[in-house]
Amino acid sequence: MRAVRILNRSIRDSFKSVFRNLSLSTASIACTTITLILVAISLFLSYNVREVTNTLEHELTIVVYLKKEVTKEEKNKIESDLKTMPNVDSYKIKTKDEWKAEMKKESDTLEITLEYLEENPLLDSVIVTVKDVKDLKVTAEKIRQYDFVSSAEYGEGMVENIIGIFDAVSIGTFGIVIALVLVTAFLISNTIKLTIFSRKTQIEIKRLVGASNTAIKLPFIFEGFILGILGSIIPIIISIYGYTVLYNQTGGYVFTKIITLVRPFPFVFIVSGFLVLVGSCVGMLGSWRAVRKYLKI
Amino acid sequence: MKLIKVEHAYKIYKNGTTAVADLSVSIDKGEFVFVIGSTGSGKSTFIKMLYREEKPTKGNVIVGGINVAKLRNSKVYKLRRKLGVVFQDFKLLPKLNVYENVAFALETLGLPNEEIRPKVIKAIESVGLKEKMRSLPSELSGGEQQRVAIARAIVNEPRLLICDEPTGNLDPETSKEIMKILDKINKESETTIIMATHDKELVNRMKKRVLVIENGVLVSDTKKGSYKVHESSKDSK
Repeated sequence: MRAVRILNRSIRDSFKSVFRNLSLSTASIACTTITLILVAISLFLSYNVREVTNTLEHELTIVVYLKKEVTKEEKNKIESDLKTMPNVDSYKIKTKDEWKAEMKKESDTLEITLEYLEENPLLDSVIVTVKDVKDLKVTAEKIRQYDFVSSAEYGEGMVENIIGIFDAVSIGTFGIVIALVLVTAFLISNTIKLTIFSRKTQIEIKRLVGASNTAIKLPFIFEGFILGILGSIIPIIISIYGYTVLYNQTGGYVFTKIITLVRPFPFVFIVSGFLVLVGSCVGMLGSWRAVRKYLKI
Repeated sequence: MKLIKVEHAYKIYKNGTTAVADLSVSIDKGEFVFVIGSTGSGKSTFIKMLYREEKPTKGNVIVGGINVAKLRNSKVYKLRRKLGVVFQDFKLLPKLNVYENVAFALETLGLPNEEIRPKVIKAIESVGLKEKMRSLPSELSGGEQQRVAIARAIVNEPRLLICDEPTGNLDPETSKEIMKILDKINKESETTIIMATHDKELVNRMKKRVLVIENGVLVSDTKKGSYKVHESSKDSK
């Protein structure tokens, strides 16, 4: 019970101190807020990038275009060979007429153009789904070796570029976040340092009346914790409303239907929980540094 | 029954200064002891060793069964809970009133409010400040502020009260009042009081045990002593 009372009083003292040193507390809270907004952006970005990467990998297929002069025997040969290829999961023949019908549906211009042409200029094809996307390139290369194969495409280059850009953005944001976390911890540490100096007499009296070291240190640790928590309020609001609005406005797609956003719920709540955790940890880290350095007991 | 036992205690600072040298003394429970000596004589260091503000370099300083010399920093609070300390500069919290200043000591120790209230009122009454319970330190005279500091020191009913020049900032009349309070505490609750002072008249009037420290050495220890002892010990040097 005694420990609980000490804990309660420490929390009460911490709250008092936050409001007593309002200007310094505001600076620390503002810095924590900026850091956590960036942490939130980084989280949203990296998680969505991971999801997009996964989707891309699962939806990737090799479209094998056969030469115009391909014979029926050659078609049969590629079908039987695909059945024996270890990385081929399934395949589907798509004739040039099927392509034509599909393309006509996509745009009026294409429909008019294709109708105008006497002969269908498109090629017969085989759509191959692979078991392991990592070996996609190897499988495509193998298929390309057939004389009657015009090309085997799987969007090489484009996919790597998108993932590369996303990765670079994620790493960059992560770097900025780490730097900001350190700056915030330093700022909170400074706030606590000044609190320690302003409460010198109080600390001295506590020591003299027999307060344990933990009981003396606790209010300062809590103060850092409170600053961190207060700093996470605005980032949480921005995360919940901002992401939900973004999702609703875009309909869950960015640029193309391949890049889908993660559904807001419960995702935003998980991010919010993480923000509170980061905020409180940064706060306590800052105050712990100040207590260790400036509170000589 | 011995409350304090100091055996061949030394305090040598890192710069080589010897503040206390081979000091041995015993103080019984319920005694009132003055510690006198000129500035820099080592009396403050001796006093500070008793509540472990300074750690002896050598020897033993046993207070209430705890050997201060072997006490780890993290365990100092156990010693401090057994004693009260009063300073020349009062060390009151300016934003707290008299009641809150005294209660602060018990709140810090995690005592429940229902236990704190009667103890605080009793301590404030014993120093005669019942009427000024809600006053801030800035609204009190120096003597009244020192009485608040005494109330805070005795609120936890310590066995030992250490006073480091408590009348140093007060006029003779106020000093007399403070001494009356300390004498009453000593007699009524059998609290052992150790007081460092420069006040010649006060020491002579009280007729208590006097320890004289010069150059870190205990040069005289007299029952019902006076400041004259101190002066003669200086003359003999």
